[in-house]
Amino acid sequence: MELVTIILSGILIASATYLILSKSVLRIIIGLSILSHGVHLMILTMGQLKRGNVPVLDDSVSSYSDPLPQALILTAIVISFALTAYSLVLLLRNYKELGTDNTEDMKGVPHGD
Amino acid sequence: MTLIHLAIFLPVIAAVAIAIIYRYVKDVHLGWFVLPIPAVIAAYLFSLIPSVADNQVFHHTLNLMPRIGLNFDVYIDGLGLLFAILISGIGSLVVLYSIGYLSKDERLGNFYVYLLIFMTAMLGVVLSDNVLMLYFFWELTSISSFLLIAFWFTKDKSVYGAQKSMLITFFGGFMMLGGFIILSIITGSFSIREMIANVDLITASPLAPLAVVLILLGAFTKSAQFPFYIWLPDAMEAPTPVSAYLHSATMVKAGLYLVARFTPVFAFSELWVWLILVTGLVTLFWGSFNAVKKDDLKAVLAFSTVSQLGMIMSLLGVGALAVASGANEQLFTVAVVAAVFHIINHATFKGALFMVAGILDHETGTRSIRKLGGLMTLMPITFTMTIITSLSMAGLPPFNGFLSKELFLEAMFEISQANFSALAEWSVLFPILAIAGSIFTFVYSIKLIHGVFFGKRTHDTPKEPHEAPALLLASPIILSSLVIIFGLFPNILSGSIIDPAAMSILASDTALNTKISHWHGFNNPALWATVAVVVIGAALYLFRNSWMFIYDYHKEQFTLNYLYDQGLIYSELGSAKATDGIMTGFLREYMVYIFGFFVVIGVITTFYAGLPIVFDNFAEVGLQDMALVIIMLVSLAIIMMTRSRMVSIIMLGAIGFSMALFFAFFRAPDLALTQLAIETVTTTLFLVCFYHLPKRSKHEESMQFKFINFIVSVGVGVIVILFGLAAYSNRLFDSISQYHIDNVYELAAGGNMVNVILVDFRGYDTLMETLVFGIAGIGIYALMKAKVSRKDDDNEEHA
Repeated sequence: MELVTIILSGILIASATYLILSKSVLRIIIGLSILSHGVHLMILTMGQLKRGNVPVLDDSVSSYSDPLPQALILTAIVISFALTAYSLVLLLRNYKELGTDNTEDMKGVPHGD
Repeated sequence: MTLIHLAIFLPVIAAVAIAIIYRYVKDVHLGWFVLPIPAVIAAYLFSLIPSVADNQVFHHTLNLMPRIGLNFDVYIDGLGLLFAILISGIGSLVVLYSIGYLSKDERLGNFYVYLLIFMTAMLGVVLSDNVLMLYFFWELTSISSFLLIAFWFTKDKSVYGAQKSMLITFFGGFMMLGGFIILSIITGSFSIREMIANVDLITASPLAPLAVVLILLGAFTKSAQFPFYIWLPDAMEAPTPVSAYLHSATMVKAGLYLVARFTPVFAFSELWVWLILVTGLVTLFWGSFNAVKKDDLKAVLAFSTVSQLGMIMSLLGVGALAVASGANEQLFTVAVVAAVFHIINHATFKGALFMVAGILDHETGTRSIRKLGGLMTLMPITFTMTIITSLSMAGLPPFNGFLSKELFLEAMFEISQANFSALAEWSVLFPILAIAGSIFTFVYSIKLIHGVFFGKRTHDTPKEPHEAPALLLASPIILSSLVIIFGLFPNILSGSIIDPAAMSILASDTALNTKISHWHGFNNPALWATVAVVVIGAALYLFRNSWMFIYDYHKEQFTLNYLYDQGLIYSELGSAKATDGIMTGFLREYMVYIFGFFVVIGVITTFYAGLPIVFDNFAEVGLQDMALVIIMLVSLAIIMMTRSRMVSIIMLGAIGFSMALFFAFFRAPDLALTQLAIETVTTTLFLVCFYHLPKRSKHEESMQFKFINFIVSVGVGVIVILFGLAAYSNRLFDSISQYHIDNVYELAAGGNMVNVILVDFRGYDTLMETLVFGIAGIGIYALMKAKVSRKDDDNEEHA
C-alpha cells in the first residue's frame, strides 16, 4: 500500500508543480492545494499505513497506528487551509484592483514615471 | 601607546580639532593651524636619525587584537624613517604652500581633515610591522586620496579621476591583502620581521609565487606602474598641493616602499626580480615617452612621475639581485643606494615642480604649455626654480637628479654580470630601455623650461602673469634649495639616511659606507650614457617638429585608458544583461528556476549517493484503496485538461474528499473529520471567489501545454517518489510514538492519542497554529476592508 501512496503523492506533487507553473493565479492556488494534499499523504505514509488500530486508547487493543504523523498532519491541514483562504482572498482583491488573474500581465509600472 | 604611536595618530586626532576650529575661526587661514602638526612630527622624526644611523631600531607594540595577531607594531629602521621623514617634511611644506594656494572661500575644513587623515595613513603604512595594520593604513591612504582627488566634486572630471583611482588602487590593495594572508599562512605570523626571519619557509613554500604576484599587484597599482599607471594622470584633477604631496612625493611611493620592504622576503624568487625589473623599465620608458606629447603641465608631470617611479622600481629589482646573491655583492648594492637616493631626490624636485605648476596655474590661469611662453622675465623666481628642478629631473649636473641617474645607468650596465636565471642573456635590453627612457625624460624636461619661460610671450593667458606671492614661493624654494644642497653635498645624506635605509632593504648589518661622488672617471659607461642622453635629447628637442607625428599613430583606441573605459562600460552592460536575462519579472520563470534547481540537486544526489530502495514491508492493498486512487487520478486529469474553472474547483473538492476517505481507511479518524470539514469550507471559498470574478475574464482558457513545465514537473514528481521510497526503505530506528501511546492516559489523562499530542504533549505547535489561523483571519479582513487603491495614490502624488 505504501508503494501506491508514495507514487500517488508523487503524481499529486508533479501535477501541483505543473499547475503552479501556469499563468492563472486561480490555477496556482489549486496547485498549492494539491501540493499540500500530496505532502500530507507522504507524511502519513512515512508513519507506515494500516498497522494497528485507530489511535484511541482501548484496553482490548494492543497495537495502534502511529499517532504522531496524524498530529503533524492535523496541524499542517489547518495551516494550509489558512494559507489557501488568504491567497484566495488575495486573488479576489487582485481581480478587483488589476482586472486580471494572469501573472504575466501583473508586471506593474516601473516607479518614477 | 608610546610616543611614536602618538606621532602616527597625531594628525587624525588633530583633524578633530581642526574641524572645530574651522567652524569658529574665520579670520585666519585654517592652514596655519594645521602647519605645526607635520612640523612637530618631522622634528620628532629628525631626532631619531642619529640613533637609526647607529644601526639602532625601535620596536613598539600596541596590542589591538592579540588573539588573531592584529597588533599595531611600530618598527622604525632606516627605510621606515626615511619615508616617515619625507611624509612629514614634505607634508609641512605642502601645508605651507596650500595656505597660499587655496583661498578662504574653499571648503578648507574638508581639505585639511582629508589631508591629515592621509598623513596618519601614510605614516602608518611606512612604520607598521604588522601586515594587517599595514593593509589598514594602505586602504586609508586610498580612501583619503579618493576624497582629495574629488575635492572639487562638482566637476565631472574630478569625480571620474577619483573613481578611477579608487577602483584601481582598491583592486591592488585587495590583492595585496591576499598576498599578506598567504605569507602569514606560510610563516604563521603577521609580522614583517618574523617573515624575514622565516624566509626559508617562504622559499620552500609552493604558495610563494602566488604571494609574489598578489603583493606586486598591490605595489604596482599604488605606484602607478605599467599598466596600472592610468589613474595617475586623471588624479591631476586634485588641487595642486594634493598632486604635489600624494601623487608625486608620498602615496605613489607606497608601492616602492612595499617592494623595498619585502625585498628581503622575496629576493630569492626569480619571478619577483623579473617582474620588478621589467615592469619598472617598461614603465620608465612608456611614462617618459607619453610625457613628451602632453600639453598640460600637470599631465606632463604626472607621466614624468610614472616614469621616475618605474626607474626606482627597476633599481629595486636590481637591488633584489644583491639580496639574492648575498648582501655584500657590491655591484648591486649600488642599485639599492641609487633607489633610496632617487626616492629622496624625486620627492624634492617633483614636489617643487608640481608647486611651480600650481604657481603658473594660479598666476596665469592656465596650465597649457601652448598658451604659456616668455615668462622668464615676468616670473624670475619661478623660472629659476623650474630650471633647477627640471634639470635635476633630466639628470644633469650639478643637481641631485644627476647623481641618482648616474647610479641608475651604472646599475643597468652592470646587470650583465648578474649570475641569475636568464638575466645575463637579456641584459643588453636593460641599458637600452633605460637610456631611451632617459632621453625622453630629457626632452620633456627641456620642453617644460623652454615652452613656458622662453620664446615669445603669448597673450592667451586668462590672467596677466606676474610673480607669485612669497607664501606660494616659500615651499618650492626650500625644495629647490634641497635639490642643490643634495646635489652638491650628497654625502650628508648617505651616512645618515641612505645607508640605514639601504641596509634595511638588504637586511644586512654590515655598514655600507656609501660615498656618492660626481666624478666616476672617463672609463665609466654611465658618463658616456649621460652624454649620449643629453646630445640625442637636445637633437630630438630641436627637431621635434619632424618626429612628433609618431604620436599620431598612438590612436585613442589603442590606449589603456580606452581599454579601461570600455571595460567599465561593458562590465556594466554585461551585468545589466545578465540580470535582465535572469530577472524577467515573470513568476513562472522564477518557479521554473526553483523547481529546476530542486530536480538538478535531486538528480545529483541520487547519482552520487545512490538510493537504496527495498521493495518490502508494504501493507496489503485493498480494493477500496485502489478505487480511491483511481478517483483521485481521474480528478487530477480533469483538472489538468479542463477549460472550465468551475470543473477544476469541483475536481479539487473531489481530491480533497478522497483524501478524507484515505484518512478514514488509514485509521486516522480525526484527520478524516478535519479534512472533510476543511475541504467543504475550502470548496465554498473557491466558489465564492469564482462568483466574484469580473465578467470580462469569463472567457476561460484551457491550459496551454508547455514542454519545459512538463519536464520540470515530471522531474519533481520522480524525485519525490524516489526520495519517498528511499526514505521509507531506510527507517533507521523505531518511532518515538510508543512513548505517547504508553503514557497517554497515565500522564495526560486522555484516550485519544492524536488529540492528547496536539494539546498536551505538543501543545505549543497547536498554540502557534491557532495564531496562524488568527493572523490569516485578520489578514483576510484587512484585505477585504482596505479601500486604498494604488492608482488613486499615484494620481494624488501627480496632482
